[in-house]
Amino acid sequence: MTAILEPDEAAPDLAPAPAPEPHAVLKHRRGTRWMHWINFPLLTIMIWSGLRIYWAEDIYAFGILDWEWFTFFPEWFYESLGLERKLARGLAFHFTFAWLFAINGTAFGVYTLVTGEWRGLAPDRRSPKDSVGVLLHDLHLRKEAPSHEGRYNAAQRMTYSLILLLGGVALLTGFALFKPTQLSFLTAMFGGYTMARRIHFAVTIIFMLFFVVHILQVARAGWRNLLSMITGYEVVDGGAGHG
Amino acid sequence: MFTGFMGWRSVQGSPADRRIPGVLRDVHGANESIWSALFREDHLAKEFAREDASILRVNGRIGIDDEIDLDQWQIVVYGPDGEAWGTHTLADIKALPHHEMTIEHKCVEGWAQVTNWGGARFSDFLNLYADRIDDEITDVGMETPDSKYYVSMDMATMRHTQTLLAYDMVDQPLDDAHGAPLRLATPLKYGIKQLKRIGVIQFRREPGRDYWGDRGYDDYVGL
Repeated sequence: MTAILEPDEAAPDLAPAPAPEPHAVLKHRRGTRWMHWINFPLLTIMIWSGLRIYWAEDIYAFGILDWEWFTFFPEWFYESLGLERKLARGLAFHFTFAWLFAINGTAFGVYTLVTGEWRGLAPDRRSPKDSVGVLLHDLHLRKEAPSHEGRYNAAQRMTYSLILLLGGVALLTGFALFKPTQLSFLTAMFGGYTMARRIHFAVTIIFMLFFVVHILQVARAGWRNLLSMITGYEVVDGGAGHG
Repeated sequence: MFTGFMGWRSVQGSPADRRIPGVLRDVHGANESIWSALFREDHLAKEFAREDASILRVNGRIGIDDEIDLDQWQIVVYGPDGEAWGTHTLADIKALPHHEMTIEHKCVEGWAQVTNWGGARFSDFLNLYADRIDDEITDVGMETPDSKYYVSMDMATMRHTQTLLAYDMVDQPLDDAHGAPLRLATPLKYGIKQLKRIGVIQFRREPGRDYWGDRGYDDYVGL
């Protein structure tokens, strides 16, 4: 019993799988992209004006007892940024752009909740463990990266969520410092005025460190990934990049 | 991106209003509207344990550099049209009810320190002029005797129970560097508003000149 197959019906499962066509998939929604890029200059202005304010009383340092390993900041740091001693200007910029930073950040928080985007962003149960795997992989200490679904890997979910959370902490400690008497409940929540200032400063340092790592990772992940934060779409032909 | 850049340029380039870009001065004004509207006279700044108080670090001698004879010192009070309303000696101020507070003093530069003030409430001092101060008086101007340092204070802050005409710090009479014999002390403003060695008080219908406000700082600096 033989059946003669027409050539084009011939055992399709034996034919070589066609090479996957490069195609574009939506990675970042319009709102995410806008608010991401608006946040960048705003946060830059906040840090720049914040440094002018901090300089007037730059007392923080790493060290033990009297030994200071690193002081925030050495004189050359301020000078290389051309900050000069302009406290009044720093305060004026800080208390103006803080509103824009707050509005943009709050809008993003609402947006990501309403659109359901937070599901791709918030860490899940596997994230803490997997993020270690991602880190080891990125440091070339481990061959395989943990698999992940959605646009971010475990380490990205952890980091981006933390940074967003710290954005809220920066805002709240900022208000605790801005109106420590009128908003005394807020100041007390952060352990008092001096502690609120310390937290506000530490968060800023974390933002600066995040920025460095973020830029390095984006550079590593390449053009397609970077373009996806501009156009929204990432061209994929197999794997997924990350930044 | 272009819009943002132009926006930034327009902020930087807006005509200066007392040493800062006018746009930023306007936002200082808007912030003042918000926070003065939220101001509650019965909301008190936190008080600290008496033993945590220490003598404040000295941070500025503008207006108190001249040698003065403390025995001859007195405050001169003026009304809104520049008419003299009265003079007061330190004994007059000490005759008012004595109050103490242990609060956290805050400097616009970023440091804070718990200290203890003793003196008379400014609201009690105001009562001496109760029949002449009407609702139109919204500002209190203060100057050092040499007029080199001066502040403009809103009436709501001056009526607050934690705004003192202080003559003691941590149980000792004020020393020269801290504004002897009498200074303003309030946890509702940064130190730049808490005038040392008060020589002149003027009740006014609108805000007047302010030393640091005129040098680029916010006029309100309410805490």
